[in-house]
Amino acid sequence: MLKDITLGQYFPGTSFIHRLDPRTKLLVLIVYIVALFVAKTWVSYLVCLAFLALCIAISTISLKSIFRGLKPLVFILVFTGVLNIFLTDGETVLVKWWIITITLEGVVRAVYMIVRIMMLVSATFLLTYTTSPISLTDGLESLLSPLKKLHFPVHELAMMMCIALRFIPTLIEETDKIMSAQRSRGADFESGKLMERVRALIPILVPLFIGAFRRADELATAMECRCYHGGEGRTKMKLLRYKRRDYLAFLAGIILLATIITLRCFGW
Amino acid sequence: MAPILEVKKLNHIYSQGTPFEHVALQDVSFSLERGEFLGLIGHTGSGKSTLIQHLNGLLKPTSGEVLLDGKSIWESKAATRASRFRVGLVFQYPEYQLFEETVYKDIAFGPKNMKLDKEEIHRRVLEAADFVALPESVLESSPFDLSGGQKRRVAIAGVIAMEPEILILDEPTAGLDPQGREEILENISRYRQEKNAAIIMVSHSMSDVARMSDRILVMNKAHLAYDGSVKEVFRQAWQLQEMGLDIPPVTRVFMKLREKGLDVEPVYTMEQAIHALKTLRGGNGHA
Repeated sequence: MLKDITLGQYFPGTSFIHRLDPRTKLLVLIVYIVALFVAKTWVSYLVCLAFLALCIAISTISLKSIFRGLKPLVFILVFTGVLNIFLTDGETVLVKWWIITITLEGVVRAVYMIVRIMMLVSATFLLTYTTSPISLTDGLESLLSPLKKLHFPVHELAMMMCIALRFIPTLIEETDKIMSAQRSRGADFESGKLMERVRALIPILVPLFIGAFRRADELATAMECRCYHGGEGRTKMKLLRYKRRDYLAFLAGIILLATIITLRCFGW
Repeated sequence: MAPILEVKKLNHIYSQGTPFEHVALQDVSFSLERGEFLGLIGHTGSGKSTLIQHLNGLLKPTSGEVLLDGKSIWESKAATRASRFRVGLVFQYPEYQLFEETVYKDIAFGPKNMKLDKEEIHRRVLEAADFVALPESVLESSPFDLSGGQKRRVAIAGVIAMEPEILILDEPTAGLDPQGREEILENISRYRQEKNAAIIMVSHSMSDVARMSDRILVMNKAHLAYDGSVKEVFRQAWQLQEMGLDIPPVTRVFMKLREKGLDVEPVYTMEQAIHALKTLRGGNGHA
């Protein structure tokens, strides 16, 4: 059950997308998101979708995995859709009943919003699916490094993120174990009223937190034993360097954005 | 007498239908008698942990059956839950699941879930604490203030307090010092004797398994490789070594002695070894 969570999961591979520099992927993702928000009509949406589809196709990540990532979002999607349907004013009234008015504009807008969120999240998943957490934080650190001049602790932030990502699967596994152990003692997590269910979480959360603190302590000791003292003067095993394929990806991103902006200018 | 637990053609496949598909159990069948002590050995990843989690319904088999007193534990939701109380499962490093404010409350967690009345819970907590030799003075202290060995015993008491007819322990002595190990093993034996409970113990210590078990199951690559008496299993020294397992050190010593021409039968426990050596010395005393 818990193993179905795909957050931050990485599918190793050697495709063009996998081999891109993490910074490239992050920047192109930002460009793509900007394009997605500039897009207003179905034509420009189609262009974005084509771009996304192309990326997914190149990445060799199965559509199934992408959709599995979208599953937890169903609630948010439905919520956004419903809000937009009911709260959008418009000319063409489809249904009018009591205080509820549904307009064609509302429905159209709801569809646009849902598609936009889905495309946005799918692209983000594509990033985490094709980039290992370590190279992702490396890329982020390198992109944010100008902020070091403002005494912003970029390295520490990246290290924290890296450790957090690293421990998600560990903690999921631990939760699974603790749940099994408490179930063996007759704990019941699936039935009962809301309050009972909340109370049933205590036997899981207490050992989980204690375990997390224990691990944090051990990790801190282990890092200190290896003389870790922050980012200053620290070198990297894998230096990030832009290659030809990165420029190619940038080009693709820029062309996408330019196309969308042009379409917008012409009213599409 | 009919066996208390029967496992029939158990198969388990993790993440079926995904790229991470992994066969953890294949065609595993065995049975367990009341009061029997079963040792379960196998290399890491051989399917031991998966197997024991099937015995109290934590994992649902992909196919096959687990019968408790002849009835499937998956017959109904209630049957599955009831099986948890009859088959007590102590996980590896169980001290990491303690959560209550006091030792007493933690041990009482299982009996409370059984919906027993207060007096019965009280009786069981005290008895369980006694089985694992916890002094009554620690019952009101926080489990997090105890030493590692004591925490382990509290966790085991938490399962024993449910008075399971089958007690399953996954490496109950891992990470303890020799004295702690010895004590835990004694506690288990005592529980078995006084309650006529069946025990399944997973262990990597071949000498512990040889000394405690009536019968040994050997898991290898998701299969049940051997199911037999201590003698029958440890006779297969070569095959065991190929599975990444071993024979008790004392057995190895005696095999070497035999190779050197000493007339001794293979032994599996320290006591047998002492006995064998004494007879040998008695026999050759006059020479």
